Amino acid sequence: MIVRQQDRVLVQGITGRQGSFWTERMQAYGTRVVGGVNPKKAGSEHCGVPVFASAREAMDQGGFDASVLFIPPLAAKDAALDAIEAGAKTLVMLTEFVPVQDVMAILAAARAHGCCVVGPNTAGLVTPGECFVGIMPGFNENIFQPGRIGVISRSGSLGTLLCLNLVRAGFGQSAFIGIGGDPVSGTTMREALERLDADERTDAVVLVGEIGGAKEEEAADYAAGMAKPVVAFIAGRASPPGKKMGHAGAIVMGDQGTHASKKAAFEAAGVRVLDMPSGVGPALSAALAG
Amino acid sequence: MNFEEHAAKPLLAEAGIAIPEGAVAEDSAAAAGIAARLGPVVVKAQVPAGKRGKAGGIRPADTPEEVAQAAEAILGMTIGGHQVEKVLVESRADIARELYAAVLNDPASRSPLVMFSTRGGMDIEEVAASEPAAVRRLVVDITSGFDKTQAEDLLSGLDLGSAGAAAAEVLAKLYALYRARDAELVEINPLVVTGDGRVVALDCKLALDDGALPRQGDLAEAGAPEPMTGLEARGRELGLRYIELDGPVGVLANGAGLTMTTMDAVVHCGGRPANFLEIGGEAYTKATAALELVLANPRVESLVVNFCGAFARCDVMTEGVVAAWETLKPEIPVFFSIHGTGEDEAVALLKERLDMEPFDLMDDAVKAAIEAAR
Repeated sequence: MIVRQQDRVLVQGITGRQGSFWTERMQAYGTRVVGGVNPKKAGSEHCGVPVFASAREAMDQGGFDASVLFIPPLAAKDAALDAIEAGAKTLVMLTEFVPVQDVMAILAAARAHGCCVVGPNTAGLVTPGECFVGIMPGFNENIFQPGRIGVISRSGSLGTLLCLNLVRAGFGQSAFIGIGGDPVSGTTMREALERLDADERTDAVVLVGEIGGAKEEEAADYAAGMAKPVVAFIAGRASPPGKKMGHAGAIVMGDQGTHASKKAAFEAAGVRVLDMPSGVGPALSAALAG
Repeated sequence: MNFEEHAAKPLLAEAGIAIPEGAVAEDSAAAAGIAARLGPVVVKAQVPAGKRGKAGGIRPADTPEEVAQAAEAILGMTIGGHQVEKVLVESRADIARELYAAVLNDPASRSPLVMFSTRGGMDIEEVAASEPAAVRRLVVDITSGFDKTQAEDLLSGLDLGSAGAAAAEVLAKLYALYRARDAELVEINPLVVTGDGRVVALDCKLALDDGALPRQGDLAEAGAPEPMTGLEARGRELGLRYIELDGPVGVLANGAGLTMTTMDAVVHCGGRPANFLEIGGEAYTKATAALELVLANPRVESLVVNFCGAFARCDVMTEGVVAAWETLKPEIPVFFSIHGTGEDEAVALLKERLDMEPFDLMDDAVKAAIEAAR
């Protein structure tokens, strides 16, 4: 779930407006885009790379490592299964509003084929100085600089703000991992944290969470045993009670999901929880000095 | 999208799960009329909220006169913030035993979860806490599914007697319904065994996945509308996620995470937000409509616009806000913070058209907006 410059990237939905806009930016930054997919425009060229009928065809004709989906919600499942069954190592699902049962089916296929899914409803992955995959402003030097801080975020916009505050404080990022804002995710906050804990280029991790679900609590469990410093910001302290969870859903969540629950879980694990995103620089400096 | 009991139960019946005979009434005379042909009944408030029984919204009644009185008492009650406008009048079942059955999306396993308990009619979380052995759970492999054989395995050893086979069949049918309708949660509590050995769903809670509504035909029309203010309804029509709050500081930001954080910052710095409104995702081109919505709230005395563009482009969003500002000419002060995709173009646009500079830090824009609202 950390993208590298040598990774060959396929763009499913490359010919759409957003697919084109972001493919050009990825290419300009150094991402190795090797092709795109649009069954209706197979055989043509777009953004200087070949357009294939399917991910399977792209795999057969040159191959790819990671695929990124610019595909509407109800078509996302077929596109994802195409990439997974073709042998994608990583699948970045940007799409919001993919039906949850479709996501579960995609993740079951990914487990069977050994594919790492990031998202859905993610802004993607950035490795500053190397490449980015998705819809993050990886190219903006006020926001992303090569460095040694790993960032994991449920939100693209809020993750961007935290990265901005890191750069302002003189830090850079080893990797940005957008896990996405959906309840069911291919990569959880805990899994991303495990990856950054094992990453030699990462000295400390910033977790950007929000209310709802139990991803922060799961990550806190892992963070408790980490040697690398971890700091966190959790959005939603001032939010009114949100979408009501079903009765049986509440049992799965227990008392998890509130800002207070997440803050308590992090603090019990030794993770410093920020009041404001602008506090990230001083908190990291203190944690790394200690 | 949540479904009230009377809208959810027909889906159970379609799936082959027995439900009591009954009908919906909106006044006491109609309720008595339904009861006249059913005999002893239960009169049940129809709201998309739990704890109806504890709130006095579920009452047994034996005669049409008693039914009219019960309906009279229940209609107009407020339960869980919802005013009761309809009651379900249903044949009263001869209850020998109360069970619990549910299928739901389980984020922890990233799979469907089937749940069953022999302690129905109670809060399932209380049962799980006090008597965990009474609750059976199965994480389902969504690729292979869940059928009656697996249901029988799940229920084995539970002392259900002759009702065991019927209960297993209900679970399998419930799973099929959950899959066919893209449910987030479908729960029967209680699922009862009657005196004559039938297994009947006395209540049903159903929540559908909003993302799947476009492929569920007309089903959304049967769902319960969320209670919302006039402005919130207008936001919904425009495809914007807007929540009205009671403070004076208007908030306009992109993305759910950043918008929540902007509200958090307003509160942290001693102010009160007037709204939640995010224009991230596909809504980022709707900045003009969004601004009109924020300004339509008469409590708004200042505005903070906080953009941190990833997918949403700051130049496109700022263009929308500036165009709306030029048209609406609002008299309240506005404070910007703009970073991310399209930042340079957006900042230039703001300077040229409104002769304004954004604050570098969100914190400072928020503090200025709070100060201006005092």
